[in-house]
Amino acid sequence: MFSWKESGRIIVLLFVSSLILVPLSATVLGGFKTTGEMRVSPFGLPREWITEVYAEILADSSFWRYLWNSFLISILTVALTLIFGSMAAYAFAQAKFFGANFLYSYLLLGLMFPFAAAILPLFLTVRDLGILDTPWGVILPQVAFGLAFSVMFFRTFFAQMPDELFEAARVDGCGYIRFFFLFTLPLSTPILATIATFVFVQSWNNYLLPLIMLNDREGYTWTLGAMDYRGEYSWEWNRTLAFVSATLAPAVVFFLAAQKYIVAGLTGGAVKG
Amino acid sequence: MLAQNDIIAPSQTQFQRLFANGQLKMVLIFVPPAILVFTMFVILPMIQAGLFAPYKWSGYGPVPWALNEVTGKDFGRWVGSQNFERMLSHSAFKQAFINTLLVITVSIAIQIPIAMTMALMIYKSSRINTIFRLIFFLPYIMAEVATGLIFSFVLDGNYGLSKSFSDLMGWDKAFFPLAEKPWAFYCILGVIVWKYFGFHMMIFIAGLQSINSEVLEAAKIDGAKTLQTVFLIKLPLLWPSITISVFYAVLGGLQVFDLVMPMTAGGPSNSSHTLVSYLYMFGFIRLNIGYGSAVGVFLFVTGVAFAFLYRNTVQRGQS
Repeated sequence: MFSWKESGRIIVLLFVSSLILVPLSATVLGGFKTTGEMRVSPFGLPREWITEVYAEILADSSFWRYLWNSFLISILTVALTLIFGSMAAYAFAQAKFFGANFLYSYLLLGLMFPFAAAILPLFLTVRDLGILDTPWGVILPQVAFGLAFSVMFFRTFFAQMPDELFEAARVDGCGYIRFFFLFTLPLSTPILATIATFVFVQSWNNYLLPLIMLNDREGYTWTLGAMDYRGEYSWEWNRTLAFVSATLAPAVVFFLAAQKYIVAGLTGGAVKG
Repeated sequence: MLAQNDIIAPSQTQFQRLFANGQLKMVLIFVPPAILVFTMFVILPMIQAGLFAPYKWSGYGPVPWALNEVTGKDFGRWVGSQNFERMLSHSAFKQAFINTLLVITVSIAIQIPIAMTMALMIYKSSRINTIFRLIFFLPYIMAEVATGLIFSFVLDGNYGLSKSFSDLMGWDKAFFPLAEKPWAFYCILGVIVWKYFGFHMMIFIAGLQSINSEVLEAAKIDGAKTLQTVFLIKLPLLWPSITISVFYAVLGGLQVFDLVMPMTAGGPSNSSHTLVSYLYMFGFIRLNIGYGSAVGVFLFVTGVAFAFLYRNTVQRGQS
């Protein structure tokens, strides 16, 4: 069944897709070309596949160190955001206490703050705490900025959980804290996964905070490493492109697999199949 | 997106529960860590930015108004509103502000319509639509730094698209758009659209999928044309999604930084700065903590004023 409308739609979609995929494929392929060939044919397939550039990067220990640093910072940010965020949200959802609404609204202020506005005093705070140039200098501010939205999502989720379960557990002498760790958290995997993915993506891609807080190359995240690489090999585009491809590849695979959770995070927390 | 505070009438049982089953203990353990970290790394720095803004200060010493025992003078110097006056009269700042407004304008006037068009084309569930959705979402999940590096290659006059273009036009001199005055920032704008339209598209797709299909069926039976359904049914029903999208576009637009650094680092001659890259260059790099804080206060006031007004006007009544 041929329809003009359907083929028009596909043509538009293919055109937009090519605008996205051509620069990306040029990036991946660029790492397989010589600098000379890059000048002549930046977007085409390499005439001769050169693997030295990629091999050199993958054999470079600093490349792996950058990735490891980013990974460590992201994982710890996720863990702390989930723990602090879910605990606070549970208290807000389950307990009525003096100042609860005030404290909750206070945390939600974080949703409106342009994060970069306070970057200089934040730098001084981190310096005075003595955690400049350590992963914590990036982790703690990231956790603080992730709390607002995670507490909001967690609270909505916890408030929807049935009360009967807790009533039953209470009769058996189970207190709030035990109940939270034994029942509430295990029953909250969808929202935990959503927030974890979202926080991980933001931390992994973060550039401004590491740029301000990390000075020592040993502690560089991959975003800092990539910029450094570009500065070092400014006219050897094949190196920079190979570096970018090698760091993007694992991230893109992971993010596409976790896409459903990222989208859920964007659109209000509801995870659909 | 602010969740409504559900107010539950305090019943007898809840009142008794306050101390029962260790509720108080739970609150005392569960709430402070979040409040502490948030206060320390979000609220206090923001307040400090306000306090530091009227000083000339290099950041040496604990606070600008503390006495430096060695020199016998304070670490910083009170300059009152001078930082703000200097900022508002600095041509690079004005350009950065105009650029930031341009980002917001382009996001709303160009990017969101593109995102909406794409969403309308692929919101229905089918295998081929899922593939396109993944492709369009791909730029969003890539790091800004990586995107910026890729496009500084694409737009490099000796390589990339820019070279192909100038070859095509038969120019004998290479064209470097990222080093030409108005073009540098237009390129950044283009990359912003490229990178973020998929994000807005996803918001619209979620909204479109939640439209009751019976409404659309009814319209079809009544003989509504495609464009009529779009403009008379889908877009009005999508209004909440559109308002969320615009909110993100403005708040995100105010904070563009990561893309600027690899593409132009604010150049040529400070023509492609955004508010945040300006803050970084003139506050952090030159260690003008007071001046940078003044820029921060400007950014903060702009962002919060917008968020507050927006929530109380456009988004009024939405959860």
